[in-house]
Amino acid sequence: MAEIRIENLRHSYSANPQGEEDYALKRLSITWQDGGAYALLGPSGCGKTTLLNLISGLLTPTEGRILFDGRDVSHSSPEERNIAQVFQFPVIYDTMTVFDNLAFPLRNRGVPESEIKTRVAEIADMLELTKTLHKRASGLTADGKQKISLGRGLVRPDVNVIMFDEPLTVIDPHLKWQLRSKLKELHLRTKRTMIYVTHDQTEALTFADQVVVMNLGEVVQAGTPVELFERPQHTFVGHFIGSPGMNVLPCEVRGGKALFAGIPVEAANIQAASGRGRAEIGVRPEFVSIAKSGIAAEVVRVADAGRYRIVEARSHGHTIKLLLKEGDEVPQSSTFLAFDPAHTQVYEDGWIAGAHR
Amino acid sequence: MNKTFNNKAWWLVLPVFLMVAFNALVPLMTVVNYSIQETFGNNEFFWSGTTWFEQILHDEAFHDSLRRQLIFTGLILLIEIPLGLAIALCMPRNGPWVSVCLVLIALPLLVPWNVVGSMWNIMALPDIGLLGKGINALGIPFNYTRQPISAWFTVILMDVWHWTSLVVLLCYAGLVAIPDAYYQAAKVDGARPWAVFRYIQLPKLKHVLTIAVLLRFMDSFMIYTEVIVLTGGGPGSTTKFLSIDLVQKALGGFDLGPAAAFSIVYFLIILFLSWLFYTLMMREEAK
Repeated sequence: MAEIRIENLRHSYSANPQGEEDYALKRLSITWQDGGAYALLGPSGCGKTTLLNLISGLLTPTEGRILFDGRDVSHSSPEERNIAQVFQFPVIYDTMTVFDNLAFPLRNRGVPESEIKTRVAEIADMLELTKTLHKRASGLTADGKQKISLGRGLVRPDVNVIMFDEPLTVIDPHLKWQLRSKLKELHLRTKRTMIYVTHDQTEALTFADQVVVMNLGEVVQAGTPVELFERPQHTFVGHFIGSPGMNVLPCEVRGGKALFAGIPVEAANIQAASGRGRAEIGVRPEFVSIAKSGIAAEVVRVADAGRYRIVEARSHGHTIKLLLKEGDEVPQSSTFLAFDPAHTQVYEDGWIAGAHR
Repeated sequence: MNKTFNNKAWWLVLPVFLMVAFNALVPLMTVVNYSIQETFGNNEFFWSGTTWFEQILHDEAFHDSLRRQLIFTGLILLIEIPLGLAIALCMPRNGPWVSVCLVLIALPLLVPWNVVGSMWNIMALPDIGLLGKGINALGIPFNYTRQPISAWFTVILMDVWHWTSLVVLLCYAGLVAIPDAYYQAAKVDGARPWAVFRYIQLPKLKHVLTIAVLLRFMDSFMIYTEVIVLTGGGPGSTTKFLSIDLVQKALGGFDLGPAAAFSIVYFLIILFLSWLFYTLMMREEAK
């Protein structure tokens, strides 16, 4: 177990990177506490797997340092770093039994056989693999195999960090949920540092205490799920997290006020706005409501999502989405919209006004 | 699930059946025809039952060539399969050297068989050949036209040179197909190179190795051209393998009956041993 500190980390897959665009991972510094559950969230190709492989030692960084408990491990092998990693596709050793698969990382490190037995039994119990322990691993279903991969990650009691690289990709939806709660439970029980890479916001938000959102090789925001939801630091986070994503509308900042199509809109961070750059206001559909007066809009489409309805409205040439609770009256065509001032933010050049960059 | 049965579907199989009949069953039946009858030409045939089969199965010469064939094929498999696998493991996985290696490795496979025989024939000549003269220069007496050991050595070396490439290419294709995640997981799990080979590469190569063993078994068991050009089955009959024996019987002696029986026994041995190899190598799969 260890605190992981990443300092000015950069990585490029080309041997001599020329410009910024050659870097798969742009400059990044972050600290992860010992025993925390973290998620790396971002679209495909945003650099999250690169970051993960840098931490695990499968890749060596072009620049910067990685420290485990203050010890520089940037150039150590995965074995020296003493980490565990679970991959996107289940990796099992076909010719071995489930028991031998789980025992493999311990045997490679010369752990005495008696200790291996108790350790494997314990892990198999946690993952509900006890019944299949002496069967050949190749005969298991995809989720059974992925459980073995998880088990191999958990079996060593002293690993610094366990990393998951989209581990539920090949799992059936109904089992995904089970395995996810199993992981959460395992984290609570073992208190290991865990880093979970995913492009699925539900997985990230349910698993992690802190979610790191990445885009185009950069960390856009690191925060708790609530922070990401309520105060997205960048319009990208607003779009990427939440379903449907945040409404982002062009606006003007003039005289300490945000104006959307000439209509003044109250925003929580208006004081911080510099008035420079491309200004936008961001408000989540959850915080838009139907009002008697305010922003005039036309209802274009209504979609039923079960407990609430998603209303799509057009106002001054822009689409605004809002959520209505089940049973609330859906207005006919022309109506007015109001934004909750506490949850409306001004963004300048994509970043929230007043952000420390 | 409901399956509909429609016997008209047999008509769809008919063209394939006819083709197989023409290129396999009909010629084979001709051989069967000869093997159970006696002929003195003029298309006159007399029933002879199992006489030819009994004669072949009790034939000392047949026993000798079968024994030689089994030893030869056994040695070929023992050398070529591990050697091919080892070469494939040493080959680069990416970079400009991949194509260079692949072309070099594939070259022997492109040489016509009788040319291979001639090449080695000349190369192993004790007076002018590079190999023959070289070995003699080391003080080891070498003459493949006189000494059986020299002849065997040359025949095996020639086959290894000619056919190990096939094993290499098959193994290399199998190795390249193993996903990176396996190697990464092995690194994370702290596996030594031997464990990576034993628990990842070897199991993943099982299918290609089975194919390699079967192909090398069948081809080496039927070897004819290279040996006939190199040694002609000699010295004496020390390198007379089954196919050479068969050709001498059929074309040299015009013993069509015994030769046909020989062919069928030969074919059945190959069929049985192929089945045996396949079953042994795939038995884990069935579990």
